[in-house]
Amino acid sequence: MELIKIVILALIVNNVVLAQFLGICPFLGVSNKVGTSIGMGAAVIFVMALANLVTYLIQNFILVPLHIEFMQTITFIFIIAFLVQVVEIILKKSAPSLYQALGIYLPLITTNCAVLGIAILAVQKDYNLLSSVIYAASIAAGFTLALILMAGIREQLELNGYPKGMKGFPLSLITAGLLSLAFMGFAGLVK
Amino acid sequence: MSVLKNFTNGLIKENPTFVLVLGTCPTLAVTTAAMNGIGMGAATTFVLVCSNVMIAALKNVIPDKVRIAAFIVIIATFVTIVDLVMKAYTPDLYKTLGIFIPLIVVNCIILGRAEAFAQKNNVIPALLDGLGMGLGFTLAITLMGSIREILGNGSVFDIRLISQEAKTILIFILPPGAFITYGYLIAIMNNIKRKYSI
Repeated sequence: MELIKIVILALIVNNVVLAQFLGICPFLGVSNKVGTSIGMGAAVIFVMALANLVTYLIQNFILVPLHIEFMQTITFIFIIAFLVQVVEIILKKSAPSLYQALGIYLPLITTNCAVLGIAILAVQKDYNLLSSVIYAASIAAGFTLALILMAGIREQLELNGYPKGMKGFPLSLITAGLLSLAFMGFAGLVK
Repeated sequence: MSVLKNFTNGLIKENPTFVLVLGTCPTLAVTTAAMNGIGMGAATTFVLVCSNVMIAALKNVIPDKVRIAAFIVIIATFVTIVDLVMKAYTPDLYKTLGIFIPLIVVNCIILGRAEAFAQKNNVIPALLDGLGMGLGFTLAITLMGSIREILGNGSVFDIRLISQEAKTILIFILPPGAFITYGYLIAIMNNIKRKYSI
């Protein structure tokens, strides 16, 4: 029951992009086409769940016993950068077809602030290992959901006329604002 | 003259928030009040200036192949300093900014300036560039914070402009307001740039 609550909260109520403002850069950058959004989303779900698994272990078995919690930021960012590299190498060798599909999105994830942000948030919220990984996976699924919705809207917007000054970022941001307004409707879903 | 240009570049012509559109996450998240803009801007400027100076000073020592990793360590060190100092001296502000203080590490403005400017220049230009960019960022997010605070809460820097009972446009201090305000500000900036061809 507790886990279901975590999933619903992370997926739609506190959507990572539209309510918590994490991972805005890839959200605005990659949401041009529905196809690429799905690829990016899949890569993010995989890396985020893995990152939370590893950072949980590091936090509880290295940082806390040694009383060096202040090293959290440095350690976590390094682990995430390292992890992305490792995943890229392993995928390239063992699953070339998956690598073909996800390859170009993997390096982009290092700079995705949502990965570091969610790792730190999960530590602050005192989740156990299972909840932490599920939390990360559902946050990433929420990211994918927002990305796909946005891409669908943007594909249609390209066909319409709009003021010259609105081209590019302003139009995307205002669309995201309206999407965020719609997501506010979920606020009362879970107590 | 060219030294001064390093400084003014970040203020308007290459403003990181409105023109380069970097560091969007803190811009959207912390601008619910003008004061948060100043706090976040000051923290980012400190990290930006320190890391720019450090990277410019060490540019001949850092091997080219591992430069990104080296930059991240330098940036993360200064972020940890800011994090601990703010936790100790400004606990209220620290609580409001929350997760976005450690996330200065992944702010693209800082790594972007390290890569594009600091590693190719000397200490003094790097210092001025960091200061200019940091100030440009601070001004931009304070402006956005003021707009959202006035429209959403009827006050600016906690000074009331309209009476407590009057209805305000609450949506502007909620998440959708952030996206909409930011969108319109960039659109205005684009139009000004087009009109005066800056």
